[in-house]
Amino acid sequence: MDWSFIARYSPLYVKAAALTLTIGAVGIVLAAGIGLLCALARYYKIPLLRQIAAVYTELSRNTPLIVQLFFLYFGLPKAGIVLSSEACGIIGLAFLGGGYMSESFLSGLRAVKREQIESAESLGLTGAQVMGYVVFPQAAAVSVPAVGANVIFLLKETSVFSAVSLADLMYVAKDLIGMYYNTTEALTMLVAAYLVIILPISVVFSLIERRMRRAGI
Amino acid sequence: MQGYEVLFQGNNFLRLLGGLWVTVRIALISIVFSIILGIFLGTAMRMKNRAVRAVCRVYLEFVRIMPQLVLLFIAFFGIVKLTGISLDGETASIIVFTIWGTAEMGDLVRSAFSSVPKHQYESAEALGLNKFSVYLYVILPQAVRSLIPNLINLSMRMIQTTAFVSLIGVTEVLKVGKQIIDANRYDAPNAALWVYGTIFLMYFVICFPLSMLSRQLARKIKRS
Repeated sequence: MDWSFIARYSPLYVKAAALTLTIGAVGIVLAAGIGLLCALARYYKIPLLRQIAAVYTELSRNTPLIVQLFFLYFGLPKAGIVLSSEACGIIGLAFLGGGYMSESFLSGLRAVKREQIESAESLGLTGAQVMGYVVFPQAAAVSVPAVGANVIFLLKETSVFSAVSLADLMYVAKDLIGMYYNTTEALTMLVAAYLVIILPISVVFSLIERRMRRAGI
Repeated sequence: MQGYEVLFQGNNFLRLLGGLWVTVRIALISIVFSIILGIFLGTAMRMKNRAVRAVCRVYLEFVRIMPQLVLLFIAFFGIVKLTGISLDGETASIIVFTIWGTAEMGDLVRSAFSSVPKHQYESAEALGLNKFSVYLYVILPQAVRSLIPNLINLSMRMIQTTAFVSLIGVTEVLKVGKQIIDANRYDAPNAALWVYGTIFLMYFVICFPLSMLSRQLARKIKRS
């Protein structure tokens, strides 16, 4: 192991990790927003919106991110829509994640028993109060493990961003291997970078999950 | 020439399907290996031995945390460097997707066996069945039933994830698509839109039935 190589090039990894994290965070937040809207449209059975949400969910969940990115980055410009690499990364991740998040939120909402809603109504709570105080808290608790799994899945998926020429971690590693042939060092730093990013998130979500389980939810 | 005409020119459409088959084949071979090895891993994860369980746990967590593309890079670039053995892209992919699939499958097998209630084991033993018969006639049929929808789901994820292999130079559907686009750069400048749109739909056509099937089976099991 060439430690001076690692010392010299680790700033590149830090920069790339920052890019991965920024685009990942924006994409995941958008995905959660889209997912919540789709889940609500399907839960309340809003006509038309509900069908659109269902079709969108299936399209996004049943196609790979890299194919979505290729379509956005290389296909759409031919239809006059030119997007930057960063925009493609964010839109692609939000498109993919929205479908997964929608499923997780919807199964959380559906897990709240009818009796809960009926009891709340019989206590004289308004529709909004029923949602705010009874349905949402329980639904949120049920969806935590699935949402956590989605967040980790989406962060892992960001590894294909180099396909649309974003200078992410994979890109830096491949570049260093190509230029200096220090494969062992470049790959070790790559693994370390992903461990540093994803391991804490994984631990935090499993702690939250354990707490929820202890609370009996 | 319009972009969509490129799709039906010569044998372009067949070439795309051939490219898709390359990734689907990698996925299918990996899933078969994963099922076999996953059964062993799942059994190991249920052993009483703490050391065995800890090793399995570390393996599972590592594979789950690392993006599959990182594992592909390690197999494709790292192994040559360390051992001098040069793997072609397809072999490296099958190894990596088997390593990943085995971890996921092992966890599915473990949870399928745990989902069979304890009284099933006890009742079967009380009926005088020996250990082998308990597993063969009572536990296995129930565990397999709850495993099947998850297994179909895993296969679908495997097919989607193998789309990564173009990034280590395997000529699969995205590469073939790019070749077709490049060959028609001047005749059909907007071919990219149609070619990548078609590839998008091709994946959907393969994966959508699988996810429907998995969901329906899961619902059926839940109801019974």
